[in-house]
Amino acid sequence: MLIPRVPVQHRRLLPDRRLSGPTPWVIAILMMLTLLAAAAGVGLARSADAIGSAIAGRVTVQIVTANPVTRAEQAAALRRAAAAQPFVLSARAVDRAELQATLGQWFGSDASGDGGGDPVLNSLPLPALVDIDFVGGDRSGHMAQLRALVAAEAPGARIIPHAEWLGPVARLIGSLAWIAAALVVLMTLASAAVVIMTARAALGTHYATIEMLHLIGATDRQITRLFQRRIAIDTAYGIALGTAVAAALLLLIGWQWAGITSGLAATASLGPTGWALLLALPLLAIALAALTARQTLLAALKKIL
Amino acid sequence: MVEFDGVGLRYGPDAEVLRDISFNLQPGSFYFLTGASGAGKTSLLKMLYLAQRPSRGIVRLFGEDLVAMPRDRLPGFRRRIGVVFQDFRLIPHLSARDNIALPLRIAGVSEEDLAGPVSEMLSWIGLADRADAHPATLSGGEQQRVAIARAVIARPQLLVADEPTGNVDPDMAMRLLGLFEALNRLGTTVVVATHDIHLISRIENAQMMRLEKGRLSDPTGALRFPPANRV
Ligand SMILES: Nc1ncnc2c1ncn2[C@@H]1O[C@H](COP(=O)(O)OP(=O)(O)OP(=O)(O)O)[C@@H](O)[C@H]1O
Ligand SMILES: [Mg+2]
Repeated sequence: MLIPRVPVQHRRLLPDRRLSGPTPWVIAILMMLTLLAAAAGVGLARSADAIGSAIAGRVTVQIVTANPVTRAEQAAALRRAAAAQPFVLSARAVDRAELQATLGQWFGSDASGDGGGDPVLNSLPLPALVDIDFVGGDRSGHMAQLRALVAAEAPGARIIPHAEWLGPVARLIGSLAWIAAALVVLMTLASAAVVIMTARAALGTHYATIEMLHLIGATDRQITRLFQRRIAIDTAYGIALGTAVAAALLLLIGWQWAGITSGLAATASLGPTGWALLLALPLLAIALAALTARQTLLAALKKIL
Repeated sequence: MVEFDGVGLRYGPDAEVLRDISFNLQPGSFYFLTGASGAGKTSLLKMLYLAQRPSRGIVRLFGEDLVAMPRDRLPGFRRRIGVVFQDFRLIPHLSARDNIALPLRIAGVSEEDLAGPVSEMLSWIGLADRADAHPATLSGGEQQRVAIARAVIARPQLLVADEPTGNVDPDMAMRLLGLFEALNRLGTTVVVATHDIHLISRIENAQMMRLEKGRLSDPTGALRFPPANRV
């Protein structure tokens, strides 16, 4: 149906040279960009979701009490008290070595071990941190209960909800995903426009032949199939080429991405639905091109008696 | 077979090119259409071969009203009409053989069934050895012969020829006219537009239609009241 069968002898009614000039190349470029935008959109949407759900119910309590012994006691007490609460999913004290390792990256000293005996790092008054994940549900209620708990166990400690500082990042990534989706739609429209122009140009070039075919009794259907077949084949070449280049680029990017950020790679991957969507796009594009060509041709032929 | 009643034709907003055309073509008859250049012969034939709808009046073909006929029924009628165009209109990228085979292929005739008739037709018009030549490499007269072969290959019920002998020598003109006559004897109604007086005198029983400035003069009254109807 998409690439209609036309008897070999009828195919010769259109000259052998390619019908659509640069169309396959333009379609290839558009197809490649569409796929890259779609991949970016799917990847970004998935990371926005992943980040969003990871941070939504998480807070860090920062205890800055001056006396290191009291500080450690408060942290341990808070962790124990919090873990016992029904609204807390998990509570975890961030140990000093972990903090030092993180800071070590910024200070440029060896991050392994307990600060590597770095005197500067060891002398830093580091706050005690307790990470708390809420169970789902009434977030502001949980927040109020936690505030009361903190006031009791570790007065003066700060509660930092992760959503507060990672939220905008997640929202930004979400907006980028929507922009990518809009680009996919726009480029699909542009591809359809290219097919329409190709079909019209082909009709214009072969007007005399079409008129002749009409006058000896060819039906619109016969003529349309002839042109639709050629345009569908030409655009299918473009779509295949664009898909191949996009696939190569995506594999390359995926490979590099996995190499750089092993931790985040999982959130940025496309997932089975994403890959299915990307595979469906070229097929949809071929169908869209064939149907667009067909409708354009039938509409144009109707204007001739 | 063909009935025109009060037919007028205008191209765009200009004055009518054809006015008050009324005639009745009898099945199996042979008609010549004459008239000065620009009198409207081609315009009249165009309505006959369904390339043009009249601006007013009634056209009936094979017993059906063509003016009100929906577009999608036209191909079926066109397959019963053979046309020789004044400007040939051969398809430039097809060989002589493929041009001649075109009406049969469009009508869905199989390749085995059409090979014989097409070769026969090529020899009849004397172009058997140029079967694979493309129109651009044929002389004007050779192209005209291919155009005629294409018009008659499907044994149409109505043959419409616009100056079909304009580009060939008198001998070939007679030969081609013989082809039309043979077809006519098999029952095809033939309408030939021509300036060539000699041609007209060669066909017995041929009727004359004359166009003068867009009007059909009917000196013998044979068109409105054909002999067959007057008996
Ligand atoms: N497509 C058209 N648009 C506008 N005017 C046209 C068109 N075709 C023909 N005419 C005009 O209609 C008139 C009749 O033209 P037509 O071609 O029917 O004459 P003809 O009798 O066939 O002439 P010839 O013997 O030179 O072939 C002419 O004045 C011509 O200019
Ligand atoms: Mg003319």
